[in-house]
Amino acid sequence: MLKRTFPSPEALRRLPFGLADVSVILGTLVLLALVARLGAGTLISFHPPDIVPSIDLNPHHLPYYAGRSTLRMFIALFCSTVFTLVYGYIAAHSRRAARVMIPLLDILQSVPVLGFLSITVTGFIALFPGSLLGLEAASVFAIFTSQVWNMTFSFYQSLRTVPNELSEAATLYQLSGWQRFTKLEVPSATIGLLWNAMMSFGGGWFFVAASEAISVLNQKYTLPGIGSYLAAAIVAEKPAALGWAALTIAIVIILVDQLFWRPLIAWSDKFRMEQSASAEAPESWVYDLLKAARIPRLMGNALTPISETTNRFLSALTRPRSTLTMDTSRQTKDDRVYTLLLLLVIGALAVWTLHFILTTVGLAEVAKTFGLGLLTFLRVTVLLIVATVIWTPVGVAIGFNPKLARLLQPVVLFLASFPANFIFPFATLFFIQTHISLNWGSIVLMALGAQWYILFNSIAGAQNIPTDLREMAADVGLKGWKRWQKLIIPGIFSSWVTGGITASGGAWNASIISEIVSWGQSTLTATGLGSYIAQATEVGDWPRITLGIAMMSLFVVGLNRLFWRQLYHLAETKYHL
Amino acid sequence: MKPMLANESLIAAQHVSKSFPLPEGKGEHLVLREVSLTVRSGEVVSLLGRSGSGKSTLLRIMAGLIPPSQGQVFSNGKPLRGANHDVAMVFQSFALLPWLTVQENVELGLDARGVHREERRQRALKAIDLVGLDGFESAYPKELSGGMKQRVGFARAFVLQPQVLFMDEPFSALDVLTAENLRGEIDDLWNAGTFPSQSILIVTHNIEEAVFLADRVIILGSNPGRIRGEVVIDLPRSHDRAHPHFKELVDYIYTAMTNPELKVTGAVSAKLPVSTPPVAPVSPYAQHLPHVRVGGISGLLELIVESTQGEADVYQVADRLRLTVDDLLPLLEAADLLNFAEVTQGDIKLTASGRDFATTTILRSKDLFRQQILEHVPMLVSMVQTLREKRNGSMRADFFLDLLDEHFPHEEAERQFATAVDWGRYAELFEYDASEDRIYLPESVTAVSSEEPS
Repeated sequence: MLKRTFPSPEALRRLPFGLADVSVILGTLVLLALVARLGAGTLISFHPPDIVPSIDLNPHHLPYYAGRSTLRMFIALFCSTVFTLVYGYIAAHSRRAARVMIPLLDILQSVPVLGFLSITVTGFIALFPGSLLGLEAASVFAIFTSQVWNMTFSFYQSLRTVPNELSEAATLYQLSGWQRFTKLEVPSATIGLLWNAMMSFGGGWFFVAASEAISVLNQKYTLPGIGSYLAAAIVAEKPAALGWAALTIAIVIILVDQLFWRPLIAWSDKFRMEQSASAEAPESWVYDLLKAARIPRLMGNALTPISETTNRFLSALTRPRSTLTMDTSRQTKDDRVYTLLLLLVIGALAVWTLHFILTTVGLAEVAKTFGLGLLTFLRVTVLLIVATVIWTPVGVAIGFNPKLARLLQPVVLFLASFPANFIFPFATLFFIQTHISLNWGSIVLMALGAQWYILFNSIAGAQNIPTDLREMAADVGLKGWKRWQKLIIPGIFSSWVTGGITASGGAWNASIISEIVSWGQSTLTATGLGSYIAQATEVGDWPRITLGIAMMSLFVVGLNRLFWRQLYHLAETKYHL
Repeated sequence: MKPMLANESLIAAQHVSKSFPLPEGKGEHLVLREVSLTVRSGEVVSLLGRSGSGKSTLLRIMAGLIPPSQGQVFSNGKPLRGANHDVAMVFQSFALLPWLTVQENVELGLDARGVHREERRQRALKAIDLVGLDGFESAYPKELSGGMKQRVGFARAFVLQPQVLFMDEPFSALDVLTAENLRGEIDDLWNAGTFPSQSILIVTHNIEEAVFLADRVIILGSNPGRIRGEVVIDLPRSHDRAHPHFKELVDYIYTAMTNPELKVTGAVSAKLPVSTPPVAPVSPYAQHLPHVRVGGISGLLELIVESTQGEADVYQVADRLRLTVDDLLPLLEAADLLNFAEVTQGDIKLTASGRDFATTTILRSKDLFRQQILEHVPMLVSMVQTLREKRNGSMRADFFLDLLDEHFPHEEAERQFATAVDWGRYAELFEYDASEDRIYLPESVTAVSSEEPS
């Protein structure tokens, strides 16, 4: 297939000239109008505790609220992208910086995002007094922290694994730093970055809903959006409004997927590293429309001289470095000093944290949170086991049936990005009516979001098992449990590990809002680290917030190191298909 | 293009050595030792060596992509710091950016030099025309076949009109026919005098390719890489493969490459002296095993027995099997080492045991293989000895790897170990459990040794 300069005849027949352009123009105008309307809302005045924006439970307002939430999501996505490019670039190009930045990223990834809220909300409100912008910023920041680490890791990994010969070609042909960045590094990272961004964005809906209506330091804050609509509906005990909210968020997720992510994924296919055409190129009707229209191309052509000048200017600023010789002995000496400095800083921080916790809450509290952490850990474990037992057979059955898989995979992806907190109230109602203790119920709540990762990866894993192996298994008469033991479990193992890591991380994070839920005036509480953090946040107990977050991070990091990494290694070596 | 001054030195490496640090601070591994090489204008120079001879490293040092540990590279008389501006390179894997069209890929170097858009386009189109890719300007690399991709690689280098064109095994990723075709076209272009560079430096492990393209073939030795000598290809261009001297040259180089101890003088007509047996290495773990599978050795021997009554010309075997030096030489070396065959003067002759090995049943061939190993491979003998001395007849793999690490860079040590395990398993000298990373004596042997009073 050759790339055409003009739209293919089929494309022209499908969309007579002009129609594509008209839809592109109209679409752009609608988008601009929407952003202007939604953006204006962020500037209204706000003086807590007297003037707080109120939420109208009339479903007519839902599109507006959903729009505000979506705008926040996109602002956060933009910030994440910029942060990713800068942080990833520095970490990949400075060996020393990487030694701090990468472990830091690893830890930040494990810190429960919702625990941050209390710190950031107070900070941002102080930054923008008398305006909703502070709350907006705090909410955006919460979404940002939920999605950025994944993206940064992906970008960093891509930069580190640029094929050696391509990198050599870039050096030999003397590409400037800017040219290398735009022509080699970013393109080779694009596909990974986009997929990660899309998955993180899906996860972000959970946090936008959780961060719009929160109580921090004995104050209730409300930010117009679909999450605060949900919160208001819970307080007013209106199941109908809850239903409308769930429907709206479902529509919004599908729209964003169709109008934003699909076209991007379809476009990014050209950045595939394989030097041969891929069998199944992703498709998107929006991308086809944009390609068929002439306006984007005309505008592109008109802008060429400008981009050319900018590129040349930036290239002149980033001339290729031509220092080859390095004094290795001095370097190692400097390295030693650097390592020593790092150790000192880390030591000081550890001592300071210990001192802070010991002088404020004491060692007994530390032991108590550790116990609570164990309880939450038990819940996460039960969740993983039950979800695996239930969903792996289903996933394998779907994965072994290509037609079914193609049909259901997008559905499962949608379910994974559907924010579980929109289902929480229904579950809460059920628990209240059936008198189920939240100590058990919270497992179900955590599972509402996390289970889909297990299902999704089981499907993917089953699809990866070669048909030859399946036929062989049938041929030698492997059946039932033996078939699982010899073929399926080893075959989907590495996919399952990927799903398990994601599910467990999601469950820990979700514990903060699923171990304490309410319906109207009644509140259910489970004993665990999540509810401990949530309660400390509500009353603004700084030492306990710090301790709770630190303990949870410790659990997550520890589990990753001791458990998941081992499994990952096993998956990479022994069960690699 | 500048007028060509014969013998004008363009790029010169002087006493270049290169070592890479070993992991975990275990010292350094010497890749190149004291290499001096000059590329003059108007000549095609070929660097020929087996894997481990550091030929690609040398090329990259002369291109300014990696710094030498010692010595210096001069380009046009000036010492080189950083990427060499007088050089363009054609890569083995093509190194095209998949997201740029053919034309954008070709324009890459010009863009970096700040050439204006219109001029860039003109020059790129000319270069694309030169390599015969007219009409593919707006195609993406993934739409092209391997040969066409490498044409883009050539166009990208040509467009810069470098003084010296560097080629890093440019045809080895292509299938045989495509490689032949492209090689011929490049040669035609050079012979026609319209080549966009003044000289060519090509790295290859294909002997015939080197003789066909080059005016001078530099033969590199391995571990550490060093220059063994050079062979001047004194044939009229273009080098006719049917010419008797062509075959003489190829035979001479084959002999030189199969006998690492021989001195390469370049005097082709004088027969090379028969190889003397190498001095036994100090430690059994310093012995270099050729990395081949047992099946490969017996396959080669069977082929020679069946077709040529146990004697064959190495060049013809390589040609028939379409094997490059890197594939064939280790096989010959292994056959030689295990005394299954004798390799002299570009000929291979099977020994009695070699004949037996090639024609017998699998069980008997295992016995034969074990006998030859115990006689000729001290490393495996020592490994079995070590296992016997242990009461449980087993040993961690790390133990042997550490011993090998003293004599080889770590990666090579791992390959040595893998080869030793493969041979040892085939000969049923020991067993290896990959998940536990341990080596065991086979059950029957442990039973015997445990009966011995300790």
